[in-house]
Amino acid sequence: MSNNFALGFVIVGVAFDLLGCLGLIRLPDIYNRLQAATKSVTLGTCAILFGIFLEFGFSSGGIKALICIIFIMLTSPTAAHALARGSHIGGFKLWEGSKVDKLKEDRESK
Amino acid sequence: MFTFFFVCLIIASFMCLYRVMVGPTPPDRMVAIDILGIIVVGMCALFAAYKGRDFYLYIAISWAILSFVGTLALVKFLEGRGFDE
Repeated sequence: MSNNFALGFVIVGVAFDLLGCLGLIRLPDIYNRLQAATKSVTLGTCAILFGIFLEFGFSSGGIKALICIIFIMLTSPTAAHALARGSHIGGFKLWEGSKVDKLKEDRESK
Repeated sequence: MFTFFFVCLIIASFMCLYRVMVGPTPPDRMVAIDILGIIVVGMCALFAAYKGRDFYLYIAISWAILSFVGTLALVKFLEGRGFDE
């Protein structure tokens, strides 16, 4: 790559992706895996796309990378929230080391 | 340099595939499929910079849309099981 800022953003993004997938393997529970993997992988992919935008500049490729950043930032937390809520409603248990379950308290209080 | 980036992302993809294969419950597999889609989007963007052409970003955008719709469909399957109980 010609631009050093673009190279830095791409390196940060690849490191975040790798560490997020390491959390996907390492952690014990569906909810822990979800909160480790989704946030860091979303940030990592957005950093890679921003590096690609800095590489291409305001050409057609750079604008497409910006559109892809906006779309991923909108949809990936939505999908993660739907997954966590759906698996909680579907009756999958928390890990035995988890202390707080606010959604269960909220649904019992109604 | 690009080879190093691609090798790191392919290692991350194989970690996701391991979780798809081993994962004890269905939501684990769904999370891994969602994460795999986002990683493939980043890999398509890196490939666009590697080749110097921008039409690989079309693949990235459409892959992001299809991954989101697929995850929401799988979540509807999860919640439907709760309604039967």
